[in-house]
Amino acid sequence: MNNLLVAENIFKNYGDFTALNDISISVPKGSIFGLLGPNGAGKTTLIRIINQIALPDSGTIYLDGKPLALEDVKYIGYLPEERGLYKSMKVGEQALYLAQLKGMSKQDAKKQLKYWFDKFDISDWWNKKVQELSKGMAQKVQFIITVMHKPKLLIFDEPFSGFDPINANLIKDEILQLRDEGSTVIFSTHRMESVEELCEHIALIDKSNKILDGNLNDIKRAFKSNTYEIALHTSDNLLIEKEIAEKFDVLPTNRKALDSELMLKVKIKVGENSNDLLQYLSSKGTISHFTEVIPNANDIFIQAVNKNTKNG
Amino acid sequence: MDKLLLIIKREFIAKVRNKTFIIMTFLSPLLMIGMIALVAFLTKSSLEQKRTITYVDASQLFSSEDFKEDKTIKFVNLSDVDLETAKSITEESNHYGLLHIPYDNDVDELSKKIQFFSEDSPNMIMIADIENVISLKLQTIKRQHLGIDIEKLNSSKVNVDMQLSNFSGERTSKLINGLKIAFGIGTGYLLMMFIVIYGAMVMRSVIEEKTSRIIEIIISSVKPFYLMLGKVIGTASAGLLQFFIWSIVLSVLMLIASVFFGVDMSSNISNIEMSSEQMDVVKNSMQGEMQLLISEFWKLPLFTMFFMFLFYFLGGYLLYSSIYAAIGAAVDNETDTQQFMLPVILPLMLGVYVGFSSVIGDPHGVVATVFSMIPFTSPIVMLMRIPFGVPWWQIAISMTLLIVTFVGVIWFAAKIYRVGILMYGKKPSYKELYKWLKY
Repeated sequence: MNNLLVAENIFKNYGDFTALNDISISVPKGSIFGLLGPNGAGKTTLIRIINQIALPDSGTIYLDGKPLALEDVKYIGYLPEERGLYKSMKVGEQALYLAQLKGMSKQDAKKQLKYWFDKFDISDWWNKKVQELSKGMAQKVQFIITVMHKPKLLIFDEPFSGFDPINANLIKDEILQLRDEGSTVIFSTHRMESVEELCEHIALIDKSNKILDGNLNDIKRAFKSNTYEIALHTSDNLLIEKEIAEKFDVLPTNRKALDSELMLKVKIKVGENSNDLLQYLSSKGTISHFTEVIPNANDIFIQAVNKNTKNG
Repeated sequence: MDKLLLIIKREFIAKVRNKTFIIMTFLSPLLMIGMIALVAFLTKSSLEQKRTITYVDASQLFSSEDFKEDKTIKFVNLSDVDLETAKSITEESNHYGLLHIPYDNDVDELSKKIQFFSEDSPNMIMIADIENVISLKLQTIKRQHLGIDIEKLNSSKVNVDMQLSNFSGERTSKLINGLKIAFGIGTGYLLMMFIVIYGAMVMRSVIEEKTSRIIEIIISSVKPFYLMLGKVIGTASAGLLQFFIWSIVLSVLMLIASVFFGVDMSSNISNIEMSSEQMDVVKNSMQGEMQLLISEFWKLPLFTMFFMFLFYFLGGYLLYSSIYAAIGAAVDNETDTQQFMLPVILPLMLGVYVGFSSVIGDPHGVVATVFSMIPFTSPIVMLMRIPFGVPWWQIAISMTLLIVTFVGVIWFAAKIYRVGILMYGKKPSYKELYKWLKY
């Protein structure tokens, strides 16, 4: 597989505290990679190591197959979780300064900034001081600063925190567009609904250890338990439920029935086929609903972290 | 390197554009001139205030010749009335005080019985002046009693004015020592002021980056060390510009003030009343001294002094401001800086005090020598010693120690800075800072 970023056996200790314990991840080129984990798991530390803000105690980061070097900062765009701008500096000047720090020439930076400022329709903010902007406005500027130098790798740490839904949607669309244009995105969050929408690959870090990683669909497949959610119009709900429970494992469902049909979660045994269940059910009544229960990112997150807590 | 220049430029512009900075740049000289003018005015008016002192001379030894009226005191003779009446007259007419000289045949006894009455506790300088007048008179009387010839006594007086020379026989001027001390105090004080003002500015600017949360965005583009260095250099450039403007504005204002108000240093000298003969002697010796002074000034190690000034000024400033930067990085807001300020201020104050007390008295004494070696005090103390001629090996040791310490402190500060700028919400202890060094 063609990976843009590979982290190999990263260890990081802060005094007696282990922040990262043998973490390895591979981020495929042109994908959106979700770096997940509870608060304090070590996500930000890993991101800081990728940004060369912190150095690992051991382990190597490769960007495009080569060990990460100091000049590589121009290929990376980073929106930290703790973010802000110089309050008394003008928006345009500040964006130019930060672009030049990333290694852009002044002309290039001006051109790119004009493009983005026009795109977000904020050109008249150029000479405003940051302290005159609202929080949402400042975050738009921060987003532009992150992406203006067209980095190969974009890293967003909790990008949607503090955004109102409209701006969050705007940013989400921009991230998807940047992905389509060839950028690779690392996306750190503990908001699972955005993971579901954006990420193709994920890695889950808990208590400094990686406990799960891979393609999100593969993981879902691995986490599914051959459980089906069914709805059945029957003559006698109680009787039929009893009959089904004798043949299959029946789990309660918290979904409300639309009419008065029988709703159940049914788990089939290994080796059995979903058609067997379907045939059996069709003999008991009229099927109005039959879906396989696919765990969502949230379920996987909770399951994996709980399991790790028990084991740990 | 390009990035360092960018940072220096931004820091410089941010400082210079700051409203407080602009206001202080042009207001401070005005305030300073105002203060000087106020002090001068108050001193002058208190000098010009004339006090009336009454006296009762029962001994009849003193005449109005002894108690001459001058610029500050006017004497009124109340010897015709008794002491109690004199007291009430003095009090009623609101005079400053009453001098009572009782009658006694024995001059020694008399000298112990003289009294001064006044409403408030009297001005000690004035009391000393009056005491001087009385004791001179009593001395003369006593000498007459003892049969000492006043003429002979006066002509036996010898004034010694030693000619100072170095071993190669060249004459040295005493005034040049004053000039050296002035250079020492001036530069030492300037350095301390510079460190305190602009070091704190560096610290505040680090705290600002932390609280505005821009820091992580910046250090994902540049190494924290460069950010710190750029900040320190950029602030120093703004500081030098401010000092430069101050010196220009101050000298212009001084010029204007001296033209308008006739404030003239020489007026003080002419105030001292001297006979024309004495004047001539003083003038001649002063002219000689001045010529000597000028010729000696050029013999001073001017180039060395200038070079040393640059070295210790930069060294001292960089040393201290990097510590200030580390402190700024370690805390979240300015109130938390207090616990770390003492170790910074202490050696600085020590340098100035050691400089003022021991260098001026004995520039090559043990205390001055030792403190001109210790890196945290050496910039100030050594600067003060330089004009007096310091052996090259002492300079070498002092400079080497300063450079070594500087490298060590920068390393230490950069470590604290690198870790500290990403730490929020904690008020760190010294123990914690020590831990950071190992991160």
